[in-house]
Amino acid sequence: MEGFPILTAIILTPFVGALVTMVLPRRRPEYVRVVGFVATAATLGFAGALLYSFHTHSGGYQFVENTSWMGTLGVRYHLGVDGISLFMVVLTALLFPLGLLGAGDIEERLKAFTVWMLVLESALLGVFLALDLVLFFVFFEIVLVPMYFIIGQWGHGRRVYAATKFFLYTMTGSAFLLVGLLSVAFLHQASTGRLTFDLPTLMQWTSAPGNLSSVTSKALFLAFFAAFAVKVPLFPLHTWLPDAHTEAPTAGSVILAGVLLKMGTYGFLRFSLQLFPRAAVSLAPLLLVLATIGIVYGAIVAAMQPDLKRIIAYSSVAHLGFVVLGIFALTTQGIEGGVFTMISHGLTTGALFLLVGMLSDRRHTREVAAFGGLWKSIPVLSGLFLLATFASIGLPGLSGFVGEFLALIGTFIVHRPYAIVSAVGVILAAVYLLWAFQRVFTGVPDGENATLRDISVRELSTVVPLLALSLFLGIYPKPVIDRVQPSVQALICHVERTTNYRQPAVAVGGGAVAAKRTDPCAGVSK
Amino acid sequence: MIGTVTPIVTPKIEWLALAPEIALGAAGVLIVLAKALMRRRPGVFGLSIVIAFVGVMTSGAFIGKQWVDVRHGGPFTTIRGMVALDGFGVFLGMVVLIATVLALLLSIRYLQREGLDAPEYLALMLLSAAGMLAMTTAGDLVVVFVALEILSIPLYVLAGFDRRRLTSQEAGMKYFVLGAFSSAVFLYGIALVYGATGTTSLTGIARFLAGNTVVHEGVLYAGLALLLVGLGFKVAASPFHMWTPDVYQGAPTPVTAFMASATKAAGFAALLRVLGTAFGLYKADWHLAIFGLATLSLVVGSVAGLVQRDVKRLLAYSSIAHAGYVLMGLEAATARGFAAALLYLFVYAFMVIGAFAVVLLVGRRGDESHDLDDYRGLAGRAPMLAGALTFFLLAQAGMPFTGGFVVKLQVFAATIQAGQYAMTIVGVLASVVAAFYYLRVVVAMYMSEPDGAPTPVLRIDPATALVLVAAVAVTLFIGFLPGTFLHFARDATLIFRA
Repeated sequence: MEGFPILTAIILTPFVGALVTMVLPRRRPEYVRVVGFVATAATLGFAGALLYSFHTHSGGYQFVENTSWMGTLGVRYHLGVDGISLFMVVLTALLFPLGLLGAGDIEERLKAFTVWMLVLESALLGVFLALDLVLFFVFFEIVLVPMYFIIGQWGHGRRVYAATKFFLYTMTGSAFLLVGLLSVAFLHQASTGRLTFDLPTLMQWTSAPGNLSSVTSKALFLAFFAAFAVKVPLFPLHTWLPDAHTEAPTAGSVILAGVLLKMGTYGFLRFSLQLFPRAAVSLAPLLLVLATIGIVYGAIVAAMQPDLKRIIAYSSVAHLGFVVLGIFALTTQGIEGGVFTMISHGLTTGALFLLVGMLSDRRHTREVAAFGGLWKSIPVLSGLFLLATFASIGLPGLSGFVGEFLALIGTFIVHRPYAIVSAVGVILAAVYLLWAFQRVFTGVPDGENATLRDISVRELSTVVPLLALSLFLGIYPKPVIDRVQPSVQALICHVERTTNYRQPAVAVGGGAVAAKRTDPCAGVSK
Repeated sequence: MIGTVTPIVTPKIEWLALAPEIALGAAGVLIVLAKALMRRRPGVFGLSIVIAFVGVMTSGAFIGKQWVDVRHGGPFTTIRGMVALDGFGVFLGMVVLIATVLALLLSIRYLQREGLDAPEYLALMLLSAAGMLAMTTAGDLVVVFVALEILSIPLYVLAGFDRRRLTSQEAGMKYFVLGAFSSAVFLYGIALVYGATGTTSLTGIARFLAGNTVVHEGVLYAGLALLLVGLGFKVAASPFHMWTPDVYQGAPTPVTAFMASATKAAGFAALLRVLGTAFGLYKADWHLAIFGLATLSLVVGSVAGLVQRDVKRLLAYSSIAHAGYVLMGLEAATARGFAAALLYLFVYAFMVIGAFAVVLLVGRRGDESHDLDDYRGLAGRAPMLAGALTFFLLAQAGMPFTGGFVVKLQVFAATIQAGQYAMTIVGVLASVVAAFYYLRVVVAMYMSEPDGAPTPVLRIDPATALVLVAAVAVTLFIGFLPGTFLHFARDATLIFRA
């Protein structure tokens, strides 16, 4: 493994797959499917190798690659992975083959669809691995193009409206990100004489006292915030999400919810907190308020939706609210909970979107009112749906519980009121999802509902891995926590070293490796 | 009484400095000559094409020689400072020549399709290009003016070349009337600047302003303002853009492509030189004017483009917005800003000619199917063309991994470095607004079904295909590996100073 550029391999494999797909004959869809699946599976293989060779108890960046890209501008091709990005990479690599497998319904222009999906995968993996601000921005922005086409060409009903809205919302956000990152780099250049967009370098400079005034650092934080808040999406910037998720084809929804939204929360962790810890600490209440509103509002609105996909879409607003809540509680447990929820949400919402996709393939509708009594006609699919619902609600023993519980605990020890209000969201989640489940699956099936065919092997193979993982992580979250914790700890220590903020001692006590360690942040005066 | 005759002192002439212009001019004259001698004999058009390309290639070889000379020997002036040969001028000269070659390639098939295959068209385009080349290396306001006229007069004719089409006539007429007017304004500006400084030489003006305090500053400012108006017109910067949509729409499509790429580059060459060299010291005074021009161009170009249904008009407004981005580089008024402006013009030439190449084919015989409805379902009928146009539009919107992103990044970096945050924010937001109308074209091509009767298959001729491939390749290459290209362009900022 030593010396092999595994991160580049991870990013390039889908892209190479896309290039190969481009030259395949359009009349042979079976070749296209095979190439698409092989490319994504190979990427998953690389991601697995990465997971295997990742050094568990290390908080720094691993497998770093660093070469020059745009010489005169100081932009570098700098990649690296740590405990936080590791699972985003694995999740992305996992969801794509399943998404492609689940997109069996796509017959029309399959080749173009596969090309866009593979390009999208490359771009997303790049987002999670880039350690240069411009490189990150490049991947962050290019994600828009394939997703725009996937929603706009293969979506449902108002797909063009949804795709355009998605594109413009996100592009507006990233416009501010671009201004922000250029400003940081040139402020750094003005002070040190060196032009670089390298994250670790800039991070040291921005967090050293006296380099950034409080106003500047808040302004820059807000510029980055604009891009990430749109992506998450935080209330009130979330309105693109229900449209995009609902109109996208199944594979698109899975990727949107499973991976795309995490670009926002990942951006908060990787860039906002690392570059502007002081601004993050002083503006944290703003984010906590928005996150709490998102949790409650998302849940209430979800309950009122007549469309199954829209219910899940709004539930994403609520779940991502928990992630942001955990992150900006600025405690070890809170951030761990946030990261864990990011992973878990990818698994459970991915499964839910796949299952809803199966239902709408069968009935050509997603209206809750059109279904009823499916438990009797398609028991296996219904059972899986129930499991996914429980996982999403956060039933103990499934992954959703671990993440939200940690996020809530992490918030409770520092910001009690937010945690209490947000806990209502957990109950509301049970209300809207179980209510929807009840209306769709219970009762006596009538008409078309009585004669549906149950889940096929192909469909089964897309959902089962996700739910199995969710169950596994719900029972035994240690493998994830072990790898995430050192990076989270390093992040918290970075914030503590830079600011007056100290997380309460009780928060340090949590987690699996706490016993081995007395003072996690050596050198921070308590 | 017969005594010793004092010989007239002629300035020393570095012929190499003029060689590219001479090559193009000679080719243009040869074509006219060939036409005059051969009349309507078959083969005259073919011969003209050969002459045109030989002329352009010769010119290109000389430019290449100039580039090497300037890189090794440094910038210099010749003919008493009338011509300034520096990296900047030679670089933009290359942009002009590349744009000329691509536009000529587009023209061949177009002229045959429209039954306009007259050698005069080629001659006019070459002469106009010669004027542009002269503009890029002009070291004196009078030379700028002469070059401006040489490049404009053939363009007026070219814009109205399709005389059967009313819109083309209108374009020619409108461009001529407004262009002549703007030339007059420019000339008046030269007169006022001469009045204030006593010289028309760009370096002379700079020297004068450095060494003297101007008593009647009003005259100088008025002169500078009028120069800005004249050049602002040529580069289609708002508020001097009124002609752009009508002329771009009406002119034959290859001519539009030529105007959007080459004319813009030449106009900016003069603008950058006048402001950077002659009035470099008065940066504080012209800075606000450029800020205004850039902001207006960005806003007008992006917002007015939203309501266009004609793709040529839409690209016209987009070109106004792009003039705004180039102006942003000027607004930063730093070496990085000037370099960014140069890069922008280079990459924009490829993006815009590529886009117009597709428009040309979709326009069909008659050059009139330019409505958004004509693009409906293009992805199904001509996937390659739709893909290419999408690529060029996304590049113009500044999507990563295209040259369009790299140059926008350079421009924004320059303005941020200069502390022009307001300018940068206007720029990034304008690119979001503009993205919306680029997407409208994409939606028409990919997400709408064609309506009405089935349209005949679009055939891509080899020359147009070559243009498309070249434009895509260059735009992609710069997007992925900008390193070498950025170094290349950095050498182009060796601006000749006083």
